[in-house]
Amino acid sequence: MSTETETGVEDGNTLFSDIDLSWEHRKNELFRWLLIAASLFGVVMLALLLFDVVTDFYTGLTEFNISLYEFFTQDGSQEETRAGFKGAVIASIMLMIMTAVLAFFVGVGSAIYLEEYAPDSRITRLIEANLANLAGVPSIVYGLLALAAVVNGIGIGPILIAGAVALGLLVMPIIIVSTQEALRAVPDSVRNGSYATGATKWQTIRRVVLPAAIPGIMTGTILALARAIGETAPLIMVGALFVNRTPSGPTDRFSAMPTQIYNWAAQPSEHFIHLAAVGIVVLLSFLFVMNGVAIYIRHRYETEV
Amino acid sequence: MPTQETETQQADDQLITTDIQHAESTRREQPDQTVLEARDLDVFYGEDQALRSVDIEIPEHKVTAIIGPSGCGKSTFLRCINRMNDMIDVCRVQGELTFRSKNVYDEDVDPVALRRKIGQVFQKPNPFPKSIRDNVTYGLEVQGKSATDDDVERALRGAALWDEVKDQLDSSGLDLSGGQQQRLCIARAIAPDPEVILMDEPTSGLDPVAASKIEDLIDELVEDYTVVIVTHNMQQAARISDKTAVFLTGGNLVEFDDTASVFEDPEDDRVEDYITGKFG
Repeated sequence: MSTETETGVEDGNTLFSDIDLSWEHRKNELFRWLLIAASLFGVVMLALLLFDVVTDFYTGLTEFNISLYEFFTQDGSQEETRAGFKGAVIASIMLMIMTAVLAFFVGVGSAIYLEEYAPDSRITRLIEANLANLAGVPSIVYGLLALAAVVNGIGIGPILIAGAVALGLLVMPIIIVSTQEALRAVPDSVRNGSYATGATKWQTIRRVVLPAAIPGIMTGTILALARAIGETAPLIMVGALFVNRTPSGPTDRFSAMPTQIYNWAAQPSEHFIHLAAVGIVVLLSFLFVMNGVAIYIRHRYETEV
Repeated sequence: MPTQETETQQADDQLITTDIQHAESTRREQPDQTVLEARDLDVFYGEDQALRSVDIEIPEHKVTAIIGPSGCGKSTFLRCINRMNDMIDVCRVQGELTFRSKNVYDEDVDPVALRRKIGQVFQKPNPFPKSIRDNVTYGLEVQGKSATDDDVERALRGAALWDEVKDQLDSSGLDLSGGQQQRLCIARAIAPDPEVILMDEPTSGLDPVAASKIEDLIDELVEDYTVVIVTHNMQQAARISDKTAVFLTGGNLVEFDDTASVFEDPEDDRVEDYITGKFG
């Protein structure tokens, strides 16, 4: 009897002894840490970048006596102690508003057409494939296009409208794609409910589909504008450099935040370089606020549909 | 699921008979006036034929149940009536389907206008992501009519939902329970005062209590409207309908008669087999 129990215990101990998993478990751990490192890489880089910018920002405020009040109330200037960011901030805000107006209606309109009206034909697929290509076109190409077609072609010169055209073309594919995704997220059962209640196609889109999709559309649009506000290359192409004053209207010449920073950073004087650092902090604050608003809208409404 | 249904159904045989007699006593005596009529109706999805030469006359102010096994074309038939099949590109309809003697597939019939006279309730509750009030007033508003608070109350009372939601008309329709959402969809369908209400398995996603509330409601709706209901559940058809149409696989309408006759003495052997649970 006792031997039987002993063999039984032995069986229990030897049951899995032929399986050696220690190496597999070590591999598990190893790859877990590798993947954590990979995902932290971006965060670390952002932190380093922010640290660098904030240090320059701090030095600018202390050693170069840059007053934030004057920074926001003075226009750009050749004279380093009199140079401010006001003209650039206002130009950027005007640029964003005009870009939004230009890109939003055309972008949302074509997304509605593609999702709600377009038949599933070869032409539709061609348009959608080209939109994906368009979204990948380098931003400087949009600048060249605006320079050739608007600045010189129509001949309006390097004014705010020309910059807005370049940025509008740049963000339009992003707005279209994010709007399409927002429209696709509205279930068909809801559309059918509307049709069965005697609504026309447009009434269905206008009263049911768009209200349900608008948070997604707004989120996509704000993120697209957040990309546009930092774009430098197309504005340089359009000619938005070497202007110091606040634009008086959409037809005035301008230099926006990124081009003003570019301009300062290219100066030999240390003071100008630290002005650029302060400008970068301001530009990043705009970006973070816009992204924050987009995230807020997404969280605020995502549970409701 | 099908096996479970069949079991309960055999156990309930006795119950069905009693329910039929109750339904008979209330409505059977009224003379029938045809509202919807199909003549030689064929429906194709691409190459596949979903309905074969269907002939049916659906009477006014009655509940007509359409039953049959999965894939027999009962939902297809329902969607033909309000032309929701128009949304499906490959769908083709031949033959005649008349609503008050007018062929709804005539060139001059606007499907939007048709759907304002023939409402529909879907299998899965699909309220709009709007307030309860806006859900109810939707049908009137798309017709350019302004909806009053009385309209809202009347529709919600008609859908037996008023007492449960009267204090939260401005909260979202999606916050309601599944059964309440389905009754909200019924309120939405009846608010513009259509003549016919189509129901596509309206209780299949609901728990038994919520389902029985909807069944009671259908019994009241038929005072004012003509109800055509597709159902998987034969007890339900027996309990609530005046007329029953049985579709069998292949899209054939094999039996259409008073519910009592269909369930007690079906003419077609295949229908008897289906009803007694030998297949389906």
